[in-house]
Amino acid sequence: MYNFDFARPDTLQDAQAALRADDAQALGGGQTLIPTLKQRLAAPAILVSLTAIPELKGICLADDGRLCIGGATTHATVAREAAAHYPALAQLAGNIGDPAVRNRGTIGGSLANNDPSACYPAAVLASGATVITDRQEVAADDYFQGMFATALGEGEIITEVRFPVPQAANYQKFVQPASRFALVGVFVARFAHGVRVAVTGASEGGVFRWHKAEAALGDDFRAEALGDLAVEADGMIGDLHGTPEYRAHLVRVLTGRAVTAAA
Amino acid sequence: MSKVTLTVNGRTVTREIEGRTLLVQLLREGLGLTGTHVGCDTSQCGACLVHVNGQAVKSCSIFAAELEGAEVRTIEGMANRDGSLSVIQQAFQDCHGLQCGFCTPGMVMSAAALLQDNPRPTEAEVRHHLEGNLCRCTGYHNIVKAIMAASGQDVAMAAE
Repeated sequence: MYNFDFARPDTLQDAQAALRADDAQALGGGQTLIPTLKQRLAAPAILVSLTAIPELKGICLADDGRLCIGGATTHATVAREAAAHYPALAQLAGNIGDPAVRNRGTIGGSLANNDPSACYPAAVLASGATVITDRQEVAADDYFQGMFATALGEGEIITEVRFPVPQAANYQKFVQPASRFALVGVFVARFAHGVRVAVTGASEGGVFRWHKAEAALGDDFRAEALGDLAVEADGMIGDLHGTPEYRAHLVRVLTGRAVTAAA
Repeated sequence: MSKVTLTVNGRTVTREIEGRTLLVQLLREGLGLTGTHVGCDTSQCGACLVHVNGQAVKSCSIFAAELEGAEVRTIEGMANRDGSLSVIQQAFQDCHGLQCGFCTPGMVMSAAALLQDNPRPTEAEVRHHLEGNLCRCTGYHNIVKAIMAASGQDVAMAAE
């Protein structure tokens, strides 16, 4: 690992100032960034840790019923404290990586990285959540812009994520057992005004909504309503763990399982 | 270079560190606490697992600079005050919960974190909790048995 300076500010203002330096990089829990630095795939001049800023941590239920999660909140905290408000989200957080990873990894870090196989992007997109940064508020539909690509600008910090809480929801993750990422993961969320289905792990374009399934499930929220719907294998990820056809098949199967579990 | 002051196994220490210094380097090279092992260095194997402020953390995947004022506990801090083995360590010995022993420090620290939150886990909960700890001797069976025994539960259920 190349060396770098290290800053650990305790206010958002100080973090913003530190991130204005040349080649500055924000550090969340580091569970992806630290292995990346070890491989010398990144070489920042200064790392700005976001772990000591109290205002970025914690979970609360807003007056409008939305669940607000601070950007530097760990997966372990979400698994524990969101359980009473949004069980499907807590269950997703409690199955990311392993216990030690969940004690460090953060929701903001996961969303800023936007790994195409990460779990959180599926929950954020299916819930129609809002990603709040120190500069803007971005709807989930506009936030994810392809593999490892997001609406975030240089040095921008995710301060909070606001989740509308669905009437029913479930996340089905087909685990890639070596990495513990999703080989394919499907999050289904049913709201009074419709159903949203988001898929991670499958597409070369990163997390996406399966609109045809949403329409079918909006009329009839049962796995049977999916009928012979299928996603195209074209554009799905193909690697040694699974072909594009296999991943496309998993999307259909896991969507059905998620609907059955949520209903 | 900067300085960090933290508590390791009850002892307050101050060391010079670089930005890139990992906790595991501080422990092994700075403090001579070589019980914490580096297995993969890619944050997958859990051999370097320690407790930071009571929580299980992979010490190869956290910078020492994050730990100003933190309380760290390593395998060297697990024995009883009189030097005898802790309940968990003794259970690993009794159940033969190790083969080559390389993963054992991480396994013991992981088990301690689990039992702190969940004093009587089911076998399934133990196995789920150990997902981040790899044993390349594949000695998982007796490790699970040891953790069940350490929690005061009948080990027969984990023996089949």
